[in-house]
Amino acid sequence: MKFVPDHFGAAGKRLLPEGRLSGPMPWVIAIMMFLTVLAAAFGLGLGSAAASLDANVGHRITVQIVEANPDARERQAQAALAALQRLPGVVSARRVPDAELAELIEPWLGAGAAQADVPIPAMIDADLTPELHARIGEVRRAVAPAAPSARVDDNAQWLAPLAQLVSALEWLSAALVVLMVGATAATVVLAARAALDTHRSTIEVLHLMGATDVQVARLFQRRIALDALFGSLVGLVAAFGVLVLIGNKVRELGSELLGSADLADSAWIILLGLPAAGVLLAMLVARLTILRALARLL
Amino acid sequence: MERFLNTAGSIVQFENVGLRYGTGAETLSDLSFSLRSGGFYFLTGPSGAGKTSLLKLLYLAQRPSRGLIRLFGEDIVTMPRKRLPGFRRRIGVVFQDFRLVPHLSAFDNIALPLRVAGVEERDLSTPVSEMLQWVGLADRSSARPATLSGGEQQRVAIARAVIARPELLVADEPTGNVDPEMALRLLHLFDALNKLGTTVVVATHDVHLFARVQRAEMLRLDRGQLSDPTGALRNPPRRIDA
Repeated sequence: MKFVPDHFGAAGKRLLPEGRLSGPMPWVIAIMMFLTVLAAAFGLGLGSAAASLDANVGHRITVQIVEANPDARERQAQAALAALQRLPGVVSARRVPDAELAELIEPWLGAGAAQADVPIPAMIDADLTPELHARIGEVRRAVAPAAPSARVDDNAQWLAPLAQLVSALEWLSAALVVLMVGATAATVVLAARAALDTHRSTIEVLHLMGATDVQVARLFQRRIALDALFGSLVGLVAAFGVLVLIGNKVRELGSELLGSADLADSAWIILLGLPAAGVLLAMLVARLTILRALARLL
Repeated sequence: MERFLNTAGSIVQFENVGLRYGTGAETLSDLSFSLRSGGFYFLTGPSGAGKTSLLKLLYLAQRPSRGLIRLFGEDIVTMPRKRLPGFRRRIGVVFQDFRLVPHLSAFDNIALPLRVAGVEERDLSTPVSEMLQWVGLADRSSARPATLSGGEQQRVAIARAVIARPELLVADEPTGNVDPEMALRLLHLFDALNKLGTTVVVATHDVHLFARVQRAEMLRLDRGQLSDPTGALRNPPRRIDA
């Protein structure tokens, strides 16, 4: 049996009339890709923020010396700091300067509160290794003899609701990406079926001349891949424009939390890869749809 | 009917073949015949006798509801679907309604079977141009079907059916839309192909064609069954003006 290639080569362009961009599919794919890139960027940005939060304060504790007597407070603060610095597993420990404390309480107590008679606790920030952080009781036991008025707060405890929210939003964005992929695939299925109906007579003729299912499927795959490529690139460019605008606004805000949601280089590479993934998805879905439809012919 | 049942050297064999569309009555019933390789056959019969249905079985557009069909020595009734394209490429078909691809030029329509068979683009031009010349459409090479007359479309359809030198040529009323002179010319093309070894089956109402091919044999269908009660059609008289 003679070898028959599974495509029509250059002639494939002519076998199905060119009607690119005339139908809604490229534009629907552009919208899908736009939303997919935004959802993915949202998820990747949140992932970056979560990682940043975890790295910055995930294993941090704050020791407060709640003592009304300023001398005793100062003595205990120094003893607690020394105790922490001696403890294996403490990566760093620092006394929060009074000026920084004053800045922190200013929104609640007003300017000059630190100079008033209001007793402000002394504070020590300490970063722990994950191992020691898991055994935070040891830290409490080490600090307590040196500073009986000390209260050890685990920052992770305070951040847990925020971390849970970030995690939930990450899952939401992942779900949105999956939904977009499903909707894109459904669009391609509908477009492929419509194209099959439009070109049914041509396909029947090719079929009766001995064209294989794969030969016919490749004709449609090529067209749909071109439509998907156009739509994906339009969607990507639009989404990148929006992301750059949002990034500028975030930088203007100067928020540390929002700023930590910046996209890493690897995230940009993933986003740039989405159009290629979209084209591959469209080609695969088109091929399967066409092959299934052709299988119904003899 | 005995000669149609002789299976030695046959390219097509039907045994008790029946064809039913849906749940209706059988369109074709108990067809048993064989076509020898290199033969020339006219298929005739009144409208609605089942000629087109029989041709559909021959060019593998349909499987029978019952019975056995062997084509090129192989049982095509139980043959896996994926093997059928290879068999279809050995069959040329002239459809009654031409079935030209409307957005392709006459050249590209004629080139279709070669492209399906994987012939390189650089090897297409000569055979397709020769075929256009043969059917008298050399100057209409780039014309789309919509701009061709019925007769011209039919000639393109015939050129397309024979371009790949099929082993079996099946034609459904191939001369229905052409003038007598062109009909004769096309018949000579079929005759020439037949002499090169192609088995030709032509369904037609045109009794004048029968006499033009001396060695042609007749298959007559009537209400879905083969019939030739008088035997007169097997050796039709030559036309007086032939």
